Amino acid sequence: MSVKFSLNGETVETDAPSDKPLLWVLREDLGKTGTKFGCGIAQCGACTVHIDGNATRSCVLPVSAVAGRSVTTIEGLGGPTATAVQAAWRDLDVVQCGYCQSGQIMSATALLEANPTPSDEDIDRQMAGNLCRCATYHRIRAAIHRAADQAEDA
Amino acid sequence: MAARSIDTRLSRRRFVQVVSLGTAGFAVGCSDTQPPSATPPAAAPEPATLSDLNTFIRIGSDNAITVIVKHLDKGQGTTTGLAAIVAEELGAEWVQMRTEFAPADASRYNNLFFGPTQGTGGSTSIANSWMQLRNAAAAAREMLRAAAAERWQVDSAATRVERGQVIAGDKIATFGELAAAASKITPPAEPTLKDPSEFTLLGTHLPRLDSAAKTDGSQQFTMDLSRPGMRIAVVARPPRFGGRATNVDASAALAVPGVEEVVEIPRGIAVLADSFHSATKGRQALVIEWDDSTAEMRGTEQIRRDFRAFLDKPGIVTRNEGDTSVAVADAATTLTTDFEFPFLAHTTMEPLDCIAEVTADGVELWTGSQLQTVDQAVAAAIAGVDPAKVTIHTQYAGGSFGRRATPDADVVGEAVSIAMAQTDKRPVKVIWSREDDVTGGRYRPMAIHRITGSLAADGTITGWDQRIVSQSIAKGTPFEAMMENGIDPSAVEGARELPYAIPNLRVDLHLADTGVPVLWWRSVGHTHTAYATEVFLDQLAREAGQDPLELRRRLLEGQPRFLAVLNKAAEAAGWGESLEAGRGRGIALHKSFNSFVAQVADVTISESGELTVDRVVCAVDCGFALTPDVVKAQMEGGIGYGLSAALREAVTMTDGVVDQKNFDTYRPLRIHEMPDIDVQIVNSGEAPTGVGEPGTPPVAPALANAIAAATGQVVTALPIATQVRDG
Repeated sequence: MSVKFSLNGETVETDAPSDKPLLWVLREDLGKTGTKFGCGIAQCGACTVHIDGNATRSCVLPVSAVAGRSVTTIEGLGGPTATAVQAAWRDLDVVQCGYCQSGQIMSATALLEANPTPSDEDIDRQMAGNLCRCATYHRIRAAIHRAADQAEDA
Repeated sequence: MAARSIDTRLSRRRFVQVVSLGTAGFAVGCSDTQPPSATPPAAAPEPATLSDLNTFIRIGSDNAITVIVKHLDKGQGTTTGLAAIVAEELGAEWVQMRTEFAPADASRYNNLFFGPTQGTGGSTSIANSWMQLRNAAAAAREMLRAAAAERWQVDSAATRVERGQVIAGDKIATFGELAAAASKITPPAEPTLKDPSEFTLLGTHLPRLDSAAKTDGSQQFTMDLSRPGMRIAVVARPPRFGGRATNVDASAALAVPGVEEVVEIPRGIAVLADSFHSATKGRQALVIEWDDSTAEMRGTEQIRRDFRAFLDKPGIVTRNEGDTSVAVADAATTLTTDFEFPFLAHTTMEPLDCIAEVTADGVELWTGSQLQTVDQAVAAAIAGVDPAKVTIHTQYAGGSFGRRATPDADVVGEAVSIAMAQTDKRPVKVIWSREDDVTGGRYRPMAIHRITGSLAADGTITGWDQRIVSQSIAKGTPFEAMMENGIDPSAVEGARELPYAIPNLRVDLHLADTGVPVLWWRSVGHTHTAYATEVFLDQLAREAGQDPLELRRRLLEGQPRFLAVLNKAAEAAGWGESLEAGRGRGIALHKSFNSFVAQVADVTISESGELTVDRVVCAVDCGFALTPDVVKAQMEGGIGYGLSAALREAVTMTDGVVDQKNFDTYRPLRIHEMPDIDVQIVNSGEAPTGVGEPGTPPVAPALANAIAAATGQVVTALPIATQVRDG
C-alpha cells in the first residue's frame, strides 16, 4: 500500500512497508540523507524533521503516519527563520563533527518559529532532546540567540 | 597589464560565487572523497585543470587550492587547521582553500609520529603536519614564483607572492594561471619558510572550511553513501564478549521481506538486506545458539573486586624517586585514597559504518578511516590481496573520540568479511545500530588507583605512592610494541609524569586481564590519572591546611608553562573570591599530548543535594594556536565530553552482559547540563601541540575539587552520579 505525502513542498509517493520508519524512507528511498540516524529510539534527535511545521523524531515514526501531511527535511529548509539559524551556525562555527547538526538546526528553527525570542531556559527545554557528543552546546545556545536577534532586527 | 588585473578580479569574483553556493563549492573540492554515485554538485563550475605541485598541494586553473589531508577529520577541525598551514606558507587567500582526504598510502601519507603507519590519533595532526606542510607549501610557493619568473623573463628574486598571486613590477598572475607551469619545476630542496612575524592568517580567526556543508545537510558521511547494487548488513554479535555462535537457524530471517542473504563471519552472523529496516527485522528473526565457554562471564562488580585484589600487591614500577616507604615511616600524617573508574563507551553520533566493495582488482572501502594502514592490512588479509590493492576513500567521520582507531580494523574487517562471504559479491554497507555500539565493547578500560601521600609536620608533601590497576589496550594487539617492560604506557600516562616537586615518588602498575575489549577513549589514560592525581592533591592540600592553588604553585617552581596556565585559569575564574553557601570552586591542572591545560570549575549544590555545574574556565597552552577558534572549540568540546563521563557515564555488566543499550540508559550530557565555558589561550610561542584531547582530563577533577570545596565530600568513584545527586 503506497503512502503519499508532501516532502519539501513536492508530493511524493512511496511503496515502502508501512511500518518502515519515516527516517529510513527519507534516507534510503527518497535520497534525503541530511536527516541522520543516531539511536533509533527518539533519544538523540539526529533524525529531527518538521511535520506540519512541528519538530518530530522521524526514526520511530512509521511512514504511514505521515500520509497526507507535510514533511520538511534540512534539504527543504527555507524562509527567514531557517536562513537566520543557518547563518548564525556558520558565523559562530558551531559544528564539529557535524553529524547531529541537521537535527539541531531543525529543532532550533522550530523553536524560533514558535518563540522568536527564547530565553536560555526555553532553549534548554526545546533542545534537550538533541544530543551532541562533540558538546557544541554552548555555541548552539549562542547561535540560537544570535539568530533570534537577527530575525528581530530584520 | 591592466587587462590581466581585470581578469584576476573577475576570476576571483567567479570563485567567490562558487564558494557562496556552499555545498557545491565544497563538494567540488572534495570530489575525490565522494563516491561515484554521490549526488553531483548542484551547480558544477566549468572543469578546472588540476596541477599537483607536490604530495600535499594541488592547484586548479580556477585558482582553487586543494590540500591533501592525511589525517581523519572527525570534528576536531583538522581540515581547517591543515589548510591554514598551507594557505599561510603559500601566500594564498583563505577563500581559495579546499581539502581532500588523502588516499591510503603510508609511503606518502604516514603519520610521522606513527612510523610507517598512516593514521590519526594522540592529538598529533597539527604537530605532525606543521613543518611537513609548511615545507611543502613553501616549496610550492617557490615553484609558482619560478614559473612566473620564467613567463615574464625576470629573475625569480624579483617576484613576490601576495594573496594568491605572484607579482613582479606591474606583472601579476594568479596561482591558478601559474599552476600548470609550476608543477613542472624542480622543487627546491630547502625552501625558505616565512618568519612567524610575517604570518597574516595563522593565529587569526579563520572560518571552518566544513561549516557550510555541515549546516545545510549536504555534508555526506559514510552512512549517507550508496553504491550501485549495494546491500545493507547488520550483524548479530555474541551477547557476551568472547562468545561464539554454534547453531544458527536463519529460516525466519530469510523469510523477512527484503532480506537477501545470511552469512557467518568471525564476528557473528550477518544479515544482508535491501534496507536497514529489513536487515534489522531479519536479525531479530535469527535463532542463534551461543557458546559462552570462552566468553567473559563476570559482571563489572566481580571485575571490580578482582581488580581491587591487586591493590595490596606490588606492581611493575614505572617511576621511582627517593624512597616512599621511608617517607611513610617518617611522616607526621599519611593519607590513602582509592579511586575507581568504570568502563566508558565512546558513542560517536554517527554509529560505526563501512562500505566494502570487492572487485577483481581488489577491495574498495568507504569509511571514516582513522588508521588507514591498519584498515588496509586487515582488509587485504581477509580478501587475500596485496594491501596496495585496498583503496580507502576516507570520509568525514561523525565523531570518533578514539573509537575508529582499532587494532583489528573492527567494522572495516566486518564489512570485508561480509562482502567476501556473499554468494554474489555485491557492495555492502555495514551499519551498527546504537545498541550494537553501546554493547559492542572497545571501552575505556576500567581502572582503580590507590594513592598514599605522606606529609611532614609543617604540611610539606614528602611522599606520593600510587598504584594503578587497569587493563592494557596494547597487549595482544598489533600495537603490542607500545609496551615497555610490561608497562602499557596508556595505563600510567599522566601519573608517571606527575610534575609536582615531591622528593619520594613511586608509581606502579598491575595490568589485569578481562575479556572485555578496550580502546583509547579521548585522552586515554589521562582520563583517570588526571582525576586520581588532581583530586588527591587537593585532599593533601586540605589535610595540610593549604590553598590548592598556592600548593600547586609551590610544587611547580621552575615550570613556567604549567604555572602560566594555572595562573591564567585562576585569575580568569576569580580564584580566592568568597562564594555563597552551597557553591564551590575547584581547580585542576594536567599536561597531555604535550599541551598544558588548567581548569577551574564552579558548582552549586542545592539544599536538596542537586549538583549544577555553573561554569568552567579553561587556560590552554598548546604552543602556537594556529586557528584559535578551533582550539577554543576543542577545549569546549573536550570539557563537555569529560563532564559527560564524570557526571553519569558508565558501562556496567551483569554476568558478562552489558546493562546499557542505547541513549536511554547510557546517557551523555545534554544542553541544559552544559556549563558556561571561558577558554583562555596562553601563547607560549612553542611549536603547536595537541588540542583534540587535552581539554578533557582536567574537567572531572576540577569538578570533584569544586564539590569537595562546597560539601567537604570527596568523590572517589566515577561517575559522580553514583555518589552525589546530579541535577
